[in-house]
Amino acid sequence: MSLELVGNIALDSVAYAMILFMITIGLSMTMGLLRIVNLAHGAFAMMGGFLAASLPSWLGTSTWVSIVVAVAAVALLALPVERWLLRRFYGRGELDQMLVTIGFMFICVALANTVFGSGIVSVPLPSALQGSVEIGPRLLQKHRIFVMLLGLAVLGILWFAVERSSFGIKVRAAVDNAAIAQAIGIDTARVYAIAFCIGAALAALGGIVGAELLPMEASYASKYLVLFLAVVAVGGQGTLFGSFVAALLLGGVETTVKYLLPQVSSIAFFLTMFLVLLVRPQGLFGRRV
Amino acid sequence: MKRYLVAGLLSLACLAPALADTIRVGVIAPISGPYSTMGKQWEATIKAYQKINGTSIDGHTVEVVWKDLSDINPSQAKALAQELVIKDKVQYLGGLYFTPDAMAVAAVAQEAKIPTVIFNAGTSSILDKSEYMLRTSNTLGQVSVPAARRALDQNLHTAVTLVADYGPGMDAETAFVKAFTEGGGKVLESIRAPLKTTDFGPFMQRIKAEKPDLVYVFGPGGPQTYGIIKGYAEAGLKQAGVRFLGSGETSELDLPAIGDAALGLETMLHYSPVHPSALNEKFIKTVQEVAPGTILNSVGVGGYDGMAVIYHMIQATRGQRDPAKAMAAAKGWEWESPRGPLKIDPVSRDLIQNVYVRVVGKDASGRLRNREIGTYPMQPDFGRVPAPAAK
Repeated sequence: MSLELVGNIALDSVAYAMILFMITIGLSMTMGLLRIVNLAHGAFAMMGGFLAASLPSWLGTSTWVSIVVAVAAVALLALPVERWLLRRFYGRGELDQMLVTIGFMFICVALANTVFGSGIVSVPLPSALQGSVEIGPRLLQKHRIFVMLLGLAVLGILWFAVERSSFGIKVRAAVDNAAIAQAIGIDTARVYAIAFCIGAALAALGGIVGAELLPMEASYASKYLVLFLAVVAVGGQGTLFGSFVAALLLGGVETTVKYLLPQVSSIAFFLTMFLVLLVRPQGLFGRRV
Repeated sequence: MKRYLVAGLLSLACLAPALADTIRVGVIAPISGPYSTMGKQWEATIKAYQKINGTSIDGHTVEVVWKDLSDINPSQAKALAQELVIKDKVQYLGGLYFTPDAMAVAAVAQEAKIPTVIFNAGTSSILDKSEYMLRTSNTLGQVSVPAARRALDQNLHTAVTLVADYGPGMDAETAFVKAFTEGGGKVLESIRAPLKTTDFGPFMQRIKAEKPDLVYVFGPGGPQTYGIIKGYAEAGLKQAGVRFLGSGETSELDLPAIGDAALGLETMLHYSPVHPSALNEKFIKTVQEVAPGTILNSVGVGGYDGMAVIYHMIQATRGQRDPAKAMAAAKGWEWESPRGPLKIDPVSRDLIQNVYVRVVGKDASGRLRNREIGTYPMQPDFGRVPAPAAK
């Protein structure tokens, strides 16, 4: 096992893991916070990707601006989804929630198919992120470096927000005990809505920057749903570090096996999930229900 | 008197079907869903065929009955085929994009003795399942053996194969490895990537470390081939001296999204929309007339040529249900298709056709096209016909 091989594995694992982290952190938070099973989460990542791909030609904006606008647009779009669709299902059983969110996902997939066709849509990269740099013997694509740095930045910002900001305190209170939180005057409905929108925006960001590894297409939301759910299940719901560690673990296992034993790489991913859940059904950092 | 009148009217009534009959052809295709671009291509190319050659042959009107099968679903494929045979009373079946669906329909074709033309499903062994099945597309064996020959002709002596881990991928790997090693080449490694893989970065790094002259790939269209080509470009394999050879990875449907990363890539396939022939130009023009905006790749022409075979069989049987005569007429038939000369192998019932070497370049309007730069003429399906020993 040469040093170069280890380096390659590490770099590719972290890049893949950061994309998984960014997309799934919103899902983990909404599942832990809102206690709602949202199977349509991948649809937000997909919306982000398609918007980022289309805005340059629709509005003539530059690629950087398009990415920012796409993420903001998805956050705004998430608001009515939370308010008028999900809010009605907060108290209902999990099967009901799964059915309504999976129905919403199918609608999004069909809409994307109608508007964009069923082929792959290329999400343009800003020119600063195109090309590669030589790091020792390895040619590393700039956008992979960007994704790694962005993932770490998102982790840092979210940690700071959750631990230090007043909004973060309200989120944690609502997660721990919603009834008491309401009793002491926290507007939990508002907290949920904002948290949901942030989660959707992060998913959009992950979908956009991850489009080279998880190509954007109309069936994106359904195709990668199991992937996202696996990361949340392994990390535990409602935990920031859970999602991060789970993404690193699963992404790392899959990438390592891809290098060493290509045929079993997707088996390895799910086998890891299986083993973790066997030992800790609540996930690595999840709270025992 | 009344008796003769009634008899006369009855006789006239019996003449009617013989004068203007309608022959139904049932086509099972993905018209909706993630593979709708394939079924829609067949809708367009069949319409084009009927525009050029008429909707009837020798007085028999040919009517196409469409059944939508949007994904791999063998039990539904079988049910649709049964419906077409029993309810719609079709004389011929066509279509079939996926191998498992074709396998399921083979049982129906065999039992009901319905000549069935497969427009796409490319696994060699499907045709073993029914003696009434033919194919107007290609198989992986058919293109992989000339690919190995191409590599050897280009003085490339070492190769790594990288295929998606499912039926056609394994067909491609087996055929290429056999032909390449028989011709004196050496396959350093055969990598099989799980079908869901979209990030091929790790595989490309591994290949770069092994430094072969050539990487022979196979992936199904869509995210996988996007990932393969992007991975090849981003890992700098071309600069490292590893040449690329594939088959259907540079599909015209995916090229716009893949972009310039595809420039210069070589593939071996049976059809390119820019094939230089008068018939092909007529074909392309007619397709745009009947279905403007349709993007064709190598799948669409399978529908066009499939209809040609069906028309030929109708002609040979004079519109009557005669499966034995229909199959006898089809076997050995030779004709000119938009892709080039075609012949139906009398034994294997697969096509014998040219396999072209193509390279991706930009045409006058800047669009990416697969330009033919060489031909390996009249290749049979090597998956079921043994390849002659290489010199």
